[in-house]
Amino acid sequence: MNIEIKGVGQSLYPVAVSRFKDENKLPVSITDVVRQNLARSGYFKNTEVGNGIEDDQVMPNFKIWGSRGADALAVGSVTEKSPGQYEVRYRLYDIRKGESLNGLIVSASADNLRLAAHRISDDIIFKLLGEKGVFSTRLSYVIKEGKRFRLVISDADGQNIRNALNSSEPIISAAWSPDGQKIAYVSFEDRKPIVYVHELASGRRIVLSNAKGNNSAPSWAPDGKSLAISLSKDGNTQIYRVNADGSNLRRLTQGGTIDTEPQFSPDGKFIYFTSDRGGNPQIYRMSAEGERGEPARRISFKQPYATSARISPDGKYLAYIAGVGGGFKLYLMNLLTGDTTAMTDTSFDESPSFAANGRYILYATQVGGKKVLAAVSVDGYVKQILSIPGSDVRQPSWGPFMDQ
Amino acid sequence: MKTTSPQRRLALASILGAVSFLGACSSGVKLDDLSTVKAGGSDSSNFASQPWNDPKSPLFQRSIYFDFDEFTIKPQYQNMLQAGAAFLKQNPQQKIMIQGNTDDRGTAEYNLALGQRRSDAVRRAFAALGVPDGQMEAVSLGKEKPKSEGNNEAAWAENRRADIIYLTK
Repeated sequence: MNIEIKGVGQSLYPVAVSRFKDENKLPVSITDVVRQNLARSGYFKNTEVGNGIEDDQVMPNFKIWGSRGADALAVGSVTEKSPGQYEVRYRLYDIRKGESLNGLIVSASADNLRLAAHRISDDIIFKLLGEKGVFSTRLSYVIKEGKRFRLVISDADGQNIRNALNSSEPIISAAWSPDGQKIAYVSFEDRKPIVYVHELASGRRIVLSNAKGNNSAPSWAPDGKSLAISLSKDGNTQIYRVNADGSNLRRLTQGGTIDTEPQFSPDGKFIYFTSDRGGNPQIYRMSAEGERGEPARRISFKQPYATSARISPDGKYLAYIAGVGGGFKLYLMNLLTGDTTAMTDTSFDESPSFAANGRYILYATQVGGKKVLAAVSVDGYVKQILSIPGSDVRQPSWGPFMDQ
Repeated sequence: MKTTSPQRRLALASILGAVSFLGACSSGVKLDDLSTVKAGGSDSSNFASQPWNDPKSPLFQRSIYFDFDEFTIKPQYQNMLQAGAAFLKQNPQQKIMIQGNTDDRGTAEYNLALGQRRSDAVRRAFAALGVPDGQMEAVSLGKEKPKSEGNNEAAWAENRRADIIYLTK
């Protein structure tokens, strides 16, 4: 997967990551992964690009590192404890204050060294900026190669791709369970859209819903015990809620038009969704128990077409796709003020999802006629394009924080 | 009516490389060569004997095209729908799936619902002609399976469509 970074944050924190001692024996360079993560975050610039190794057992010379332009220094080493089992040690220093910020000791086998590097990157961003990093979270997306569709799981940087499902038919609308152990998705492998819940560790999956007609648009309740889905079993597409094992189906919307793409608010009290009850598709919000008690309230007003609502983890922002001037663009709405901002300069944006820390939005788009993934920071400063030469990439979804 | 099952191979659980995280371990399910069934799909032994595969049969035409942002069926399809309804009423064991499609403008899930509106319009037209609901299922492929990949009006028009599929099991 290729990554192209466009634009950077305003003032970048200069950090030196010296090459981890003895990592040259590893299949993965911890140092390179950490440096790439920091650069891609939009917050840091690397002052070191070479192979200089700093001993991680003694205090560094703060004066020398300061004169090289670094405000912080990360040093580390790798030890093979038993064949294929490694211990990665890392320590962080505040160069300006001349003090140690401590570090981590991570045990890793050869195939999860990238995750060790992501954990170290998360520790650096947390200690220097007080922000919970998303380097060790995961993405799902669909790769279309010829007539084949692959639903894959990758690291947050799009690398380290593992297959979850391989099919000759489309797969759309993947949604991570809140604990990151499962994904729900829509597969067309049986000639129609059916919703599955797939456990990543075991590869086992269940049919969540195969009612007559369409079954689509799964969204997990924050407690992971139920999902909202869209079904057309009674004619038009309506929103239902179902337990995570497929039991206890109940209808939430009661209209004669299209109601679809449900999304729970982070507190689980509301469901945002797309409805064309007013003539055009717009975003509405109802109680998570449905419209019986109180009808849904319209949320989007500024564009004639608004779909694919996603709510930021703090509940303050709504990302959505707006149809404007023949194109479809990612927009961000401040839910308190109702102000909306166009986030991209592309025309075929789709499938937004927030990073677990709310700082970035991942989405699908087209660049030069090719289907690619993109991520934009919520402040609009940093944009990244993730592409796979010769393949279309689509339907991304950014996974949650994983318990460590 | 003689029906045979198309061979739909479903190869489950071919583990693709163990994926290991510090905490979680992830492997995959491989589903290979799923559903090769297409419109009118059946195996070759009785392909010609199915009336919908006979170019002279009124059942041969199985696609209904729609205008942009529309799901009303144009009058030109009335004869075709009547022939289909007569056949279905004479053959109560015969089931059909109606697959709605959209052009690729717009987002996936909303287009899925729009395509379903088209297939449901065909289902309701058949129901009005007396076809029992139990013989029909209206579904949508949205914009996911375009017949024509182009980015122009000719391609879009080709994709604004509902297909009637006579199920052979």
